[in-house]
Amino acid sequence: MAENTSHSVGTARVKRGMAEMLKGGVIMDVVNVEQAKIAEEAGAVAVMALERVPADIRAQGGVSRMSDPDMIEKIQAAVSIPVMAKARIGHFVEAQILESLGVDYIDESEVLTPADYENHIDKWKFTIPFVCGATNLGEALRRINEGAAMIRSKGEAGTGDVSNATTHMRKISGEIRRLSSMREDELYVAAKELQAPFDLVKEVALTGKLPVVLFTAGGIATPADAAMMMQLGADGVFVGSGIFKSGDPAKRAAACVKAVTYFTDAKIVADVSRGLGDAMVGINVADIPVPHRLAERGW
Amino acid sequence: MKIGVLALQGDFREHIAALDSLQVEIEIIAVRHASEIVEIDALVIPGGESTTIAKLARSFGLFASIQDRIASGMPIYGSCAGMILLADRLIDAAKGQETFGGIDMTVRRNAFGRQIDSFEMDIDFAGVVGGTVKGVFIRAPWVDEIGPDVEVLATVMQDGLAHPVAVRQGNLLATSFHPEISGDNRVHRYFVQQVYQNLLVGK
Repeated sequence: MAENTSHSVGTARVKRGMAEMLKGGVIMDVVNVEQAKIAEEAGAVAVMALERVPADIRAQGGVSRMSDPDMIEKIQAAVSIPVMAKARIGHFVEAQILESLGVDYIDESEVLTPADYENHIDKWKFTIPFVCGATNLGEALRRINEGAAMIRSKGEAGTGDVSNATTHMRKISGEIRRLSSMREDELYVAAKELQAPFDLVKEVALTGKLPVVLFTAGGIATPADAAMMMQLGADGVFVGSGIFKSGDPAKRAAACVKAVTYFTDAKIVADVSRGLGDAMVGINVADIPVPHRLAERGW
Repeated sequence: MKIGVLALQGDFREHIAALDSLQVEIEIIAVRHASEIVEIDALVIPGGESTTIAKLARSFGLFASIQDRIASGMPIYGSCAGMILLADRLIDAAKGQETFGGIDMTVRRNAFGRQIDSFEMDIDFAGVVGGTVKGVFIRAPWVDEIGPDVEVLATVMQDGLAHPVAVRQGNLLATSFHPEISGDNRVHRYFVQQVYQNLLVGK
């Protein structure tokens, strides 16, 4: 700790600022040290340490929980970039454990089995920042109201099917545009409809954007998917199963990083898309029965 | 005059907005290609992930162009990751991590710790008028050791030692903190003033 008296940790600026530094980058799911090193070498801005990628969680079923602290610490020791980890929705003790391990960001994630079907974690109580998933603007603003310092659109994790990520990004940005076009006296009803706090609704209407960084996640499997999400307005991309469930993870990871930087340059996106080997096989979201869709978790 | 902001990754939009808020007659461009490096008069390297920015600069041919401009004296300001990229030497670097170099200093990555130790603090900044500057330090580096030509502009005390967090060597300026997200544009003004002086003296 610095000794100066004005020194303050865990402020909204420091939490949200951390996400600002990740912008234009790719955050990659990794399950071991070897994968974490591949991700760092490929140019990931951060890694998400977890025991099973969503595709395996989906395949194996059962209750999915926070990762083993040993595994998280090994990854922290192996790479110099930020390390994130997932806690179950509402599981504030898992979050306390992750904070004690010194992870750089906690993902309160619908990919794990929820621990509380009423309440999310009170994220203001933590020094560590949180990222939360959202399928629409109201959900994003409710999470921000609970203290989330970063939002990711949910998509449908572990599928390699980008359609839900597209839907959620379009939904969030469409609702933001709608708010921006409203008269101020119409925002009260808009807040009621969005089930979100009026102050946040007004802020979004005035600034035309979320007050925190917005990444996208869920089903991104190719550099083209990543570039499309950026063109739809994402500040950056999470790639979960898409990299390490593919034929040549190192090459695909580096390609996604480049596509996110040069997302408007089709020639570069084309170049990095060459010879990547097999993409993850994937599942069409439409073939997943509704009760098994992860994006429906969280409210 | 044209100032480029390196836009490979990180909070380059915030730097562009901070420069824009100065309301002086400069053209500000986002730089992603080597061809743009040769046409700018000054460069800002944003906060972000230093390993990612270096790799992208290497892959897309900007690395050598930036080093050439550093060697020929172009003014450059780097914040956080930008400070790391301007350092001649690193401690706690990733394996094989490259920097552009230019400032004769050793920078320690994540010196203040992980995100849980990230903080804000008001700091005295030599050369910036109007009182202390709001320093936002995010997984921030500090300067461990400097050569004779490096001037220290700001320090933070930790464990009884004053660690440099803002330094200057000739036309190169680096801070471990992020003025671009602090809502205070005086560090950017200071940099732009240096650029102007450089252009007046040099031409």
